[in-house]
Amino acid sequence: MAFVPGQPVTAVVERIEIQKLFQGENLILGFSIGGGIDQDPGQNPFSEDKADKGIYVTRISPGGPADVAGLRIGDKIMQVNGWDMTMVTHDHARKKLTKKSEHVVRLLVTRKSLEEVVKHSMGRP
Amino acid sequence: IQSEKCFSGFLSYIFVLCFRERSRDRHKSRSKDSRSEKSVTINTPPAEPLLGDSSVRGEPVQDDNWGETTTAVTGTSEHSLSQEDIVRITKDLEDSVGLNCRRYLTRTLAVILGILVLLTPLAFLVLPHLLWPDKLEPCGTACEGLYISVAFKLLILLLAVWGLFFRPPRASLPRVFAFRALLSVLVLLFVISYWLFYAVRILEVQDPDYKGIVQYAVSLVDALLFIHYLAVVLLELRQLQPCFSVCVTRSTDGETRHYNLGQLSIQRAALAIIEHYYSDFPVHNPALLSASKSRAAKHLAGLKVYNVDGLAHSQSRAMIAAAARRRDTSHNELYYEEAEHERRVRKRKARLVVAVEEAFTHIKRMQEEEQKKSPGDVMDPREAAQAIFPSMARALQKYLRTTKQQHCHSMESIQQHLAFCITNNMTPKAFLESYLTPGPTLQYNRDRWLARHWTLISEASVTSGLRDGSVFLLKCVDFSLVIAAKRIPFVQMSEEYIDPKSHKFVLRLQSETSV
Repeated sequence: MAFVPGQPVTAVVERIEIQKLFQGENLILGFSIGGGIDQDPGQNPFSEDKADKGIYVTRISPGGPADVAGLRIGDKIMQVNGWDMTMVTHDHARKKLTKKSEHVVRLLVTRKSLEEVVKHSMGRP
Repeated sequence: IQSEKCFSGFLSYIFVLCFRERSRDRHKSRSKDSRSEKSVTINTPPAEPLLGDSSVRGEPVQDDNWGETTTAVTGTSEHSLSQEDIVRITKDLEDSVGLNCRRYLTRTLAVILGILVLLTPLAFLVLPHLLWPDKLEPCGTACEGLYISVAFKLLILLLAVWGLFFRPPRASLPRVFAFRALLSVLVLLFVISYWLFYAVRILEVQDPDYKGIVQYAVSLVDALLFIHYLAVVLLELRQLQPCFSVCVTRSTDGETRHYNLGQLSIQRAALAIIEHYYSDFPVHNPALLSASKSRAAKHLAGLKVYNVDGLAHSQSRAMIAAAARRRDTSHNELYYEEAEHERRVRKRKARLVVAVEEAFTHIKRMQEEEQKKSPGDVMDPREAAQAIFPSMARALQKYLRTTKQQHCHSMESIQQHLAFCITNNMTPKAFLESYLTPGPTLQYNRDRWLARHWTLISEASVTSGLRDGSVFLLKCVDFSLVIAAKRIPFVQMSEEYIDPKSHKFVLRLQSETSV
């Protein structure tokens, strides 16, 4: 997940589909995000590279739609419904996730354990 | 709580009785003019000088009727007080004779030297005119210019010498003041060498070149001015920069002060410290030390050691070990005694404050027009003080007795202070301030100081300079000041330049949004 400026970012991602839940008149997903290009990357406890300004999952409400769909705390969100999340402001990410017209969000998330799994599976012929 | 109050009231009643008993005995033993011990008579005695007669008689002069009865100095009997006074008087007499001799000797030497120095250039100028007037070359305006410069330089030298050396002396020091002696020897040598040169080269030869002689005299005056500059630097400027921090502790009650001094000899440092002592240290009160002395006596009296084996040095160790093992309850007594004393002092203080405030309300300052209207009742400050004094006298006396300050203030001094406060429109609180806290030694009358004749005790020579870790003592009759000097550390400071453009800031945010 290291970011080299000028080179395209490559990562092993998992596709997660979350159904939004109606809570009163709000549509909620059941998790919290942190990070963004306007935020301080050094305070992010989940990122490996402390200069990484991506959007990270900081909290998951247990039993909520995100938890059920398989999202884990500390995941870095790469795309939301096709929109890039690696170089966006915090507010932009929030807007893309909370569109009232969409009831499903399809996320591409990455985490460290994914890379290890792939390496592991590639190591064994 | 109620039982406590009764108990303490009972105790204070007993204490008051005891004082009355003791003082009544003293009344009988002294057999002076008759006094009524039960009533409070308001007789104002004539103003007596407190310095002259009273110290010889060795007893307090105060009229015993102010307040209730005699004040007694607790802890010392009247016999020992009069002995101390005699010792003090003989010491004063000795001082005065020795002091005058030495002071006058240095004064006369200085005056002689000054006159010699002043007259020498004038002599240089005048002697050729007297001895060989016909051989002298006339010299015109240049000489007159030089005359003027000699005159003004001599005037400046005279004023400078008067300003630096002829100030009223502050003290007499045990040893000769090294720098001053050095400078006077230097001046003397200088003047003598100039005279020698003059006598040999000019008087014997009868040199006709008068301009040269005048220039010679001008050079002498210049050199004297430079020596005076040297004197100012050595005597005054060198010790102004603080170099040492001295810690001064009084041996009896532990009062400590710290002062900054420059590079001084030990005797001059002692002089500076004594001058600070009079204005900084609270007055020495021997009555406050009696409690710790009685405690110490009780500690020693508790154990008896019998020497069975005949070993001398094990006795003291055995005593100390036994004292350590003994179940001592004296700390308990001390704690409760101190708490009790504190309560008593505060109670008396409250009564005193109320009494004084009430007394002050009886007086009103009159304006000019009102004065003309009713001239009969008008009093001057002294009479006004005497009029309101009796209503607060008892409360004040009781307070002073409780805080053991009664020997520091005589009735006369209290009335004087009251008149002073009334004249200057002071509030009751301002009047009481000098009685509530013990002030610096200078505030009190001279015979209450107990500190007039000082002895400097030092291992190093007193004319040697102060050094880091030098310790010396200033002993007085009743107490001594222990002085320890420490050098102020050498400070190494370096510089660093900060570009004002380097002050830039960014916002650090970290928000979390739930979706």
